Amino acid sequence: MDIMSLTAVEIGKKIKNKEISVVEAASACIDRIEKLEPDYNCFVTVVDKEVILENAKKIQADIDSGKLTGPLAGVPIAIKDNMCTEGILTTCSSKILSNFVPTYTAEAVLKLKEAGAVIVGKTNMDEFAMGSTTETSYYGITKNPWDINKVPGGSSGGSAAAVAAEEVPAALGSDTGGSIRQPASFCGVTGIKPTYGRVSRYGLIAYGSSLDQIGPIAKDVTDCATILETICTHDDKDSTSYDKAADKFTEALVDDVKGMKIGIPRDYFAEGIDEDVKNGVLEAAKVLEEKGAIVEEFDLGMVEYAIPAYYIIASAEASSNLERFDGVKYGYRTSDFTDLHNMYKKSRSEGFGPEVKRRIMLGSFVLSSGYYDAYYVKALKTKALIKQAFDKAFEKYDVILGPVAPTTALGVGESLSDPLKMYLGDIYTVSVNLAGLPGISIPCGLDKNGMPIGLQLLGQTFDEKSIIRAAYAYECTRSYERPKQLSERGL
Amino acid sequence: MTITDEIIDYVGILAKLELSEDEKEQAKKDMSNMLEYVSKLDELDTSNVEAMSHAFPVKNVFREDVVTNGDDRENLLANAPEQKEGCYKVPKTFD
Repeated sequence: MDIMSLTAVEIGKKIKNKEISVVEAASACIDRIEKLEPDYNCFVTVVDKEVILENAKKIQADIDSGKLTGPLAGVPIAIKDNMCTEGILTTCSSKILSNFVPTYTAEAVLKLKEAGAVIVGKTNMDEFAMGSTTETSYYGITKNPWDINKVPGGSSGGSAAAVAAEEVPAALGSDTGGSIRQPASFCGVTGIKPTYGRVSRYGLIAYGSSLDQIGPIAKDVTDCATILETICTHDDKDSTSYDKAADKFTEALVDDVKGMKIGIPRDYFAEGIDEDVKNGVLEAAKVLEEKGAIVEEFDLGMVEYAIPAYYIIASAEASSNLERFDGVKYGYRTSDFTDLHNMYKKSRSEGFGPEVKRRIMLGSFVLSSGYYDAYYVKALKTKALIKQAFDKAFEKYDVILGPVAPTTALGVGESLSDPLKMYLGDIYTVSVNLAGLPGISIPCGLDKNGMPIGLQLLGQTFDEKSIIRAAYAYECTRSYERPKQLSERGL
Repeated sequence: MTITDEIIDYVGILAKLELSEDEKEQAKKDMSNMLEYVSKLDELDTSNVEAMSHAFPVKNVFREDVVTNGDDRENLLANAPEQKEGCYKVPKTFD
């Protein structure tokens, strides 16, 4: 039996039934990572083998003594490198945090650890989660397991690629404008961006605080629902944490969509969408309709205003959040400076990459006196209109169905030269963060080049259960598709 | 809008970034492209719309001001680029 081809929940079951041990699962994971990393570079940091195995033994003892009984006990899991992990290097894929070892662990990661998950490493990402390709990482690009010449998407590209390459059964990602859903789509795996406030942001290194949410990336809906159930808790340490954040998401794993009302925004298919993506997504809608869902098209509105509003708000928040990196308390400090201000400026200029600087500059500008109303306030008003458009849609529909991205994975280097072009790829994902909604990305077939297409299902705030149910019902009609190139390359 | 050298220099001060001449030229181009693109929002009449900072109502969260975390000075200082006598060391700020 190949342990690493299993899902997280399947591994957890086998451990529970004593078919495999926690150490065996951890060893299989370590071996797979060691074998594939030279090619795929999904990780910034892999935890020391001895530390992982020691931890695995402790968890096995807790399982044997009946202390740990949950579905994730003993399961190896990876964490995106923007979540603090005590004693483990946490870089945000930036040079400026190249030596940062947190003294505490992010709440979501803590919840996984309490459930007995074995943390095996920190996954690669776009620097500070700014990007859609994982190419802006200071630690090299991550390759897409479906085609080594393509990007894995981003910013949680390392997490999605690690799951697709079977280096880990599941991983945590974070989503500010699509950073869980889009890489999940590009790598043919499943990812959930929860409602804003579901998962504590404590210990998540902030990019756009009003938009950021942590969520799971895994091979199937069951794994994602199980992990989500584990990490959703009310947390006093995050003032935007929802007081009823915990929910039984796995109860929604029901193969039944009879009578479920699903709306397809006509304006998502207007222009710029790849023909294969369009057909793949509409085909999936047909499947749900055949299973008894009521599917119809409607006009959502506001679609073309989401990206401009998003980039103003996200950049503004980023410029403020990233002020903390000043070369004093942690992180990189320039070796050559004249005075305090010069030290700040040089440390930041040498420590941040081009995309991060671009967004800090834009954010500083839109918040500056004289431009604040014209750009920042205008964007917040647009956000209100976008939320209204979704509210109106959810009066009629339980779930909104559409694509995750207008294309499948792009070639390495294709989008870096033109930032605006890269931003346009976020058209179907950013509005979800602006409105605080939950969204799931699941694979729905391949395009003519054999690259995975992603189906996105959106729900009203705090209604993850409807999208989990719809996604699960759809998933029941097909089997998990492993990247063909892995087999072709003997992996 | 046209991004002048003055604007770039001013934003550089706000952003605490020191850009090279090449970077400044690139920033001018990038920023004006981006601002031209986001000016699409001007098409929207938002005169009667209230700015929304949160997508759904959030209220202030209060708790007693009780210290729950312990003293972690050594580990925290271990991350500092420079430290001296249990404090963060910074360049001289005044004479």
